[in-house]
Amino acid sequence: MRRNLLTLFAVLALALMVGTPVMAADIKPGGSIVITYKDDVSTLDPAIGYDWQNWSMIKSIFSGLMDYVPGTTELIPDLAESYVVSDDGMHYTFKLRKGVKFHNGRELKAADVKYTLDRTCNPKTQSPGAGFYAMIKGFDEITAGKTETLAGIEVVDDYTIKFELSRPDATFLHVLALNFGFVVPKEAVEKWGQDFGKHPVGTGAYSLKEWVLGNRIEWARNPSYHHQGKPYLDTIVFEIGQEPTVALLRLQRGEVDILGDGIPPARFVAIMKDAKYKDMIVEGGQLHTGYVTMNVKMKPFDNVKVRQAVNMAINKERVVKIINNRAVVANQPLPPAMPGYDNDYQGYAYDPAKAKALLAEAGYADGFETELYCMNVDPNPRIAQSIQQDLAEIGIKADLKNQSQATVIAAGGEPDQAPMIWSGGMAWIADFPDPSNFYGPILGCGGAVKGGWNWAWYCNEELEQKAVGADSMTSADQQAERLEIWRSIYIDIMKDAPWAPIFNEQRFTMHSEKVGGKDAYFVDPVHIPINYENVYDATIQ
Amino acid sequence: MSTLKMLIKRLAASGAIIIGITMIAFLLSFLIPADPVRMLAGRSATQETVESIRHELGLDQPLPVQYIKYLNRLAHGDLGRSYKQKTEVATLIWSRLPATLWLMAGAIFFELLIGIPAGIYASAKRGQRGDKTAMVLSFIGVSAPQFVVGLLLLYVFANLLNLFPLGGYGSFLHLVLPAVTLGITGGGWYSRMMRSSMIDVLQQDYIRTARAKGLGEPKVVLVHALRNAVLPVIAMIGLDIGFFMNGAVVVESVFGWPGIGQLAWQAIQVIDIPVIMGVTLVAALSIVIGNFLADLVMPLIDPRLRVR
Amino acid sequence: MSLFRKFIKNRTAFFGAVVIAGIILAAIFAPVIAPYDPYEQFFEGLTLEGAPKPPSANYWLGTDLLGRDLLSRLIYGARTSLIIGVVANGVAVMIGTIFGVLGGYIGGWIGGAIMRFTDLMMAFPALLLAIALAAIFSPSLWIVALVIALVNWVWVARIIYAQTKSLKESEFIESVRSIGAAWPRILFIHILPHLIPTIFVWSTLGISTTVLLEATLSFLGIGVRPPTPSWGGIIFESQSYFLDAPWLVFFPGIAILLLALSFNLVGDTLRDLLDPTQRGRG
Repeated sequence: MRRNLLTLFAVLALALMVGTPVMAADIKPGGSIVITYKDDVSTLDPAIGYDWQNWSMIKSIFSGLMDYVPGTTELIPDLAESYVVSDDGMHYTFKLRKGVKFHNGRELKAADVKYTLDRTCNPKTQSPGAGFYAMIKGFDEITAGKTETLAGIEVVDDYTIKFELSRPDATFLHVLALNFGFVVPKEAVEKWGQDFGKHPVGTGAYSLKEWVLGNRIEWARNPSYHHQGKPYLDTIVFEIGQEPTVALLRLQRGEVDILGDGIPPARFVAIMKDAKYKDMIVEGGQLHTGYVTMNVKMKPFDNVKVRQAVNMAINKERVVKIINNRAVVANQPLPPAMPGYDNDYQGYAYDPAKAKALLAEAGYADGFETELYCMNVDPNPRIAQSIQQDLAEIGIKADLKNQSQATVIAAGGEPDQAPMIWSGGMAWIADFPDPSNFYGPILGCGGAVKGGWNWAWYCNEELEQKAVGADSMTSADQQAERLEIWRSIYIDIMKDAPWAPIFNEQRFTMHSEKVGGKDAYFVDPVHIPINYENVYDATIQ
Repeated sequence: MSTLKMLIKRLAASGAIIIGITMIAFLLSFLIPADPVRMLAGRSATQETVESIRHELGLDQPLPVQYIKYLNRLAHGDLGRSYKQKTEVATLIWSRLPATLWLMAGAIFFELLIGIPAGIYASAKRGQRGDKTAMVLSFIGVSAPQFVVGLLLLYVFANLLNLFPLGGYGSFLHLVLPAVTLGITGGGWYSRMMRSSMIDVLQQDYIRTARAKGLGEPKVVLVHALRNAVLPVIAMIGLDIGFFMNGAVVVESVFGWPGIGQLAWQAIQVIDIPVIMGVTLVAALSIVIGNFLADLVMPLIDPRLRVR
Repeated sequence: MSLFRKFIKNRTAFFGAVVIAGIILAAIFAPVIAPYDPYEQFFEGLTLEGAPKPPSANYWLGTDLLGRDLLSRLIYGARTSLIIGVVANGVAVMIGTIFGVLGGYIGGWIGGAIMRFTDLMMAFPALLLAIALAAIFSPSLWIVALVIALVNWVWVARIIYAQTKSLKESEFIESVRSIGAAWPRILFIHILPHLIPTIFVWSTLGISTTVLLEATLSFLGIGVRPPTPSWGGIIFESQSYFLDAPWLVFFPGIAILLLALSFNLVGDTLRDLLDPTQRGRG
């Protein structure tokens, strides 16, 4: 009996050892990888950088109070060792890790955190992320220029910092995980002024070693990074000015390791079919939804039946086909990767006959004329033309207005200009993995203002109350309920159909065999294209 | 009128043109129906933040005031900072200007390489088949849309034959295809100019003398005639800069060439006004300088064109 | 020999004229000639993965990235190129003539100012100007034509100015003026007729430039509004596939080239025949 048990244990132990993935402690550090990009990086200043290219770079050069478990959307303290939230959800006290060093050698203290957030919210910095911290007490004063610091942030001692909010907000921890809150050292910012973006100094896994404008960027491993053992790579080199098609050829030849701009659309189909590259491509979801907005303030989109008819008229499968199946069809505002997504919701099925009938019910049996705005960069005009054809089938004659990004955004921000807008190329990717981020600016009453991003001008007071209520649920045991409320909010929105959700873009990251790491690191929802800290050089293992 | 006085007059006129261009560019930037502050403030900005940033950038002041301030900064050599990147416009342009300059140099090289021999050949075969063929080809060169030529060259020489890289920047090999694309149009023009210039020169007395002396025809044409015939063509190069500025936007787009054409295009998309102004200024300056050089050189070369 | 006969004898010009006539006919009779509706996106027009199809029995020139028949779009696209080319050039010639005549005739500092303004517009990088104008006015067929005209008028103005000026100072005009003729009479009856050959030449020659400019603007995505077929626009939409579907660039490209070339050939011959003193650049 004992012998059998022992054998059983031995077999189990063996199985565990063989089946267990390489543990963090086992990965040998070292090596270097090359990532290609076509455009130069605009800035690495965490308060300013807000495009998909520099977002994750900044996350690797700087650190914030909060972060996410690599490869997931789960919040975890980073620079903070621990935190306490008051019962009313308006007071947060963070205890900072000790011994975290900036790349210039100085230790990070609580005063740096305060300095960082004061800087982000100060209009002089012109940070596009200031608005995320509006819940901190004193935000209005600093925005108006009356003070230079946020009253609601108190430095208790070198390693303790307290936040007082003007209202409880369940997204507060998420916004502390945004780049705009990633800590910067005062002396470096003051030294470089507005050029800090080209000479970043942070506490992140990598430091900037060299930046030749328009040519290359080189990162070196931060030896005193506060996550022991990471990052694994010694250097990361970004080669700028590489056309995506050229980059692909070089990857196939083994000269580069990651395609920063992704697989070029023209080669996508051929690459995906080729078995040779199967293990080099990782597919994952994105926190993205592409949708058509219908301005509820402009006739005839003030009639819910018309909006529902539009939802039923669009052949979403065909749109996805036009972009080579690089997306999945969407039936609700939230993308599948977002907490709060409703897996059971069916949405409006593609049914042109029913759509026509609905239009007739609404009094538009003969259809009507309208305009569909879109951005004039490929593939958006093509997608818009496909939608245009679908609308024509049910009698809606939509004139295409394809214009530059800034112009379409401006038209959407006027209450009487753009009846329909295809959001491609402009909106919406979540800033952080929380359902409320898909509401406020684009579906909430607060966004339905001049210059706002709620292009549907949709304002439902009842749902607004629900949203505010959900966001004030800050304690840990309320979170499940909160997500449920958000789920129902979006389903209710779909009943009103101010949008016609079309698709959610998928991500396809192609990497050479040299780069190793869990699949999740290559399609990390928060780090694009890859999670720089957690990948390693597979050839030296 | 003395040459110096003319020079000064010309410089003053050029200066006025540059200022006029900045005014028009300024006006156009603000006429675009979009809000640069909204673009840089981002999606989550509150109304207050947007207004604060607008005030920070001085964009809440009346246009004439803003323009005067801009001129003032310009006079001190300050081109401002990009709204989007916060980098100094001068730095941005400086980092991309070399690429555009290389492209222009390459284009000039190829248009002369194509145009001059073609023109000489056509003039030698004047009235015959060869002449007509050369002239039709030159017309084709002038009429071919540059983006089509570029894409086709990429397809044949880079993709099918693998002789050149598929776009991008970095070595002479990268420069060849884009420069040839731009050079084909210019080559068309120049071949015709070269032809008529050679025809004119070949009718001169001293050529007849050289022939009478018994010098072989190739020597007459290539040494004696060419030396003089090529001058008007060279003189025209300055005028090309204007055309190159146009072509640069398209060719840079097709080949992924990181020049100032691309910079301008991206800046217009997001209404990055300082960058738009900066690139327009640099482009206009180049055109004015190019025209100036051409006007300067031409009378020196061709006495017929000297101002009375 | 009459002008017409001289023209026909020139083979290249004749070729150009035939091509132009052919394209005009194609544009007019498009609904009859085109095998399909240029706007219809066919399901069978794309492969299962969404790629365009190469030339085949069904689609003689293949399909575009939305599954539409390329040949039909090319034929209808002729309308876009011709209308914009002709209208834009017509407007440009009109504006240029007005500016040139005013500048040349009035002379003095007003005339000088007009020409300085023309110099100014000439120094402005044309494509940037077009891009900015396209961003300001939401593009439609007529707006695109207007934008192109606003960029191109300067060349006509320059030439007309030079001619008007030299005419004004000619002995003939001097004598007319000395007998007391009023300026409108001098302008319209004596000067303008001499400008007609130039205007005529530029009305043809300039179309080549405007056609190319329209194609370029469409290629950049700021041309005529889709789904109106435009040769440059077809290339714009097909760029992401051009390595795998080069015919989507080749066929529209040839069309643009033929049209621009033909107008160039015709215009150049016209210039040789009508105004031999003004040989332009070769």
